[in-house]
Amino acid sequence: MTIVSPREFYGASAWRGFPGPSTRKAGRADRPARPLTPRRLGPGGQLFGPALVLVIWELASLTGLLSPRLLAAPSTAVATGYRLLVEGVLVQHFLASAERAYLGLAIGVALGLALALIAGLTRLGEATIDGLVQIKRAIPTLALIPLAILWLGIGETMKVALIVTSVLVPVYINTHAALRGIDLRYVELARTVGLSRLEFIRRVALPGALPGFFTGLRLAVTMCWTALVVLEQINTTEGIGYLMNRARDYGQTDVIVVGLVVYAALGLLSDGAVRWWERRVLSYRKVIGT
Amino acid sequence: MTTLRLEAAAPVARPAAVVLEGLSRGFGGRRILDGISLTIAAGEFVALIGRSGSGKSTLLRALARLDDDAEREGVLHVPAQSSVLFQDARLLPWIRVLDNVMLGLRDSEARSRALKLLADVGLAGREAAWPETLSGGEKQRVALARALAHEPELLLADEPFGALDALTRLRMHALLFQLIGRYRPTVLLVTHDVDEALTLADRVLVMEEGRIALDRPVDLPHPRRPSDARYETLRRSLLAALGVFA
Repeated sequence: MTIVSPREFYGASAWRGFPGPSTRKAGRADRPARPLTPRRLGPGGQLFGPALVLVIWELASLTGLLSPRLLAAPSTAVATGYRLLVEGVLVQHFLASAERAYLGLAIGVALGLALALIAGLTRLGEATIDGLVQIKRAIPTLALIPLAILWLGIGETMKVALIVTSVLVPVYINTHAALRGIDLRYVELARTVGLSRLEFIRRVALPGALPGFFTGLRLAVTMCWTALVVLEQINTTEGIGYLMNRARDYGQTDVIVVGLVVYAALGLLSDGAVRWWERRVLSYRKVIGT
Repeated sequence: MTTLRLEAAAPVARPAAVVLEGLSRGFGGRRILDGISLTIAAGEFVALIGRSGSGKSTLLRALARLDDDAEREGVLHVPAQSSVLFQDARLLPWIRVLDNVMLGLRDSEARSRALKLLADVGLAGREAAWPETLSGGEKQRVALARALAHEPELLLADEPFGALDALTRLRMHALLFQLIGRYRPTVLLVTHDVDEALTLADRVLVMEEGRIALDRPVDLPHPRRPSDARYETLRRSLLAALGVFA
């Protein structure tokens, strides 16, 4: 038998791969096939969910379903936020919080990075540091508060120190893992082109570990604010956390909502800033979706 | 087996670039290279073929000194300056093409040499490109430029064209042949492809179970044509040595 076409070979009924003119339904538009994966969201597409929640929340407040004693309406919160902003209260508390958070973040990231490099690039460092950080990782930051108060008092030092210890962990873990996971093929290459140890660290190990470092940094920037909320319940007269706690005492749910919004906005903005920086630094990667 | 090896090695008049005497390598108690003795003359182009697991890559890695973890025996002399061309181009994705070619070079002419070699491999103008924007063939050309930029006395190529499509592979053969003619390193090319070996090499070794089972000079003028009767005879004998009775 001479096979003339796949269609003939497989039989007309089985062959669906390339319908010839005779099987083509007349008048059917040449539409692209239905994609199996959802089409990508347009810019701002993720805002749909939050907007939906806002609308339901406002309606619930308007109809009296949601008592302002439990949760203020979004519109009330916006008005309160505006009032606090104009009075300068919000800015004052925000700056106090930001100073703690970002000071702790800066020190924590630097320390986490330094420890990861020492542990990732030397045997002694690995033996000394890695176990300790893993133990620290298992202890929640909040559990360290009693000891930290005994050692450092209830002032700013204690708060910044605790932010440092919590921020250090994700930076260390991710950077260290990336250093350990350096592609062995690149190590081999470095040997065949005769790189020195220092050149290897600079040209291969550090750039290879950068994606891991950025993952850690993204976790760290949100974490420094998380730690702050709890810490600002201890002996403070300034800070977003303080503002919210005081509002709880007075039953001002609108102020609490304002505080939450500030935290959310900061978290998102910080994350966005790190991602922007990451994209610039790792511009060699043509990763789809970033 | 021994006679074949001596016959091929004896008539070489040029100084030896690579000398192996009773070279053995083992991993976890398993002997992969089993007492290999081999001399490669300076400037000679040797192709090493063999089935998967015959030990050809292990031999290349021994010559590249990339096998610290192996159990070792025997004598190995290789030139101080050798370059390796891997099957994957192995370019560092975070530095640009020119920096990849210059990787590990410290002398003052490194830059001009790298630029010239990029031009040699037909990639002039792509110096500032990121490696990930290149095609597979282009990446392998950058890797070739990088290997030659070190002015190697010995070029070790481990199936460098294995991952390329057939057309690109043919072009790479021509390019490699041309550049080897210009820079004259000693070459050891590990390949699966009998025709690749016969097109390029002065001498073909067939490995089997950690030994060199066949050592044949390829005494044919370039460019070599598969239609040549002598080519066909050689091809048959190599395939027979590989256990393929074509």
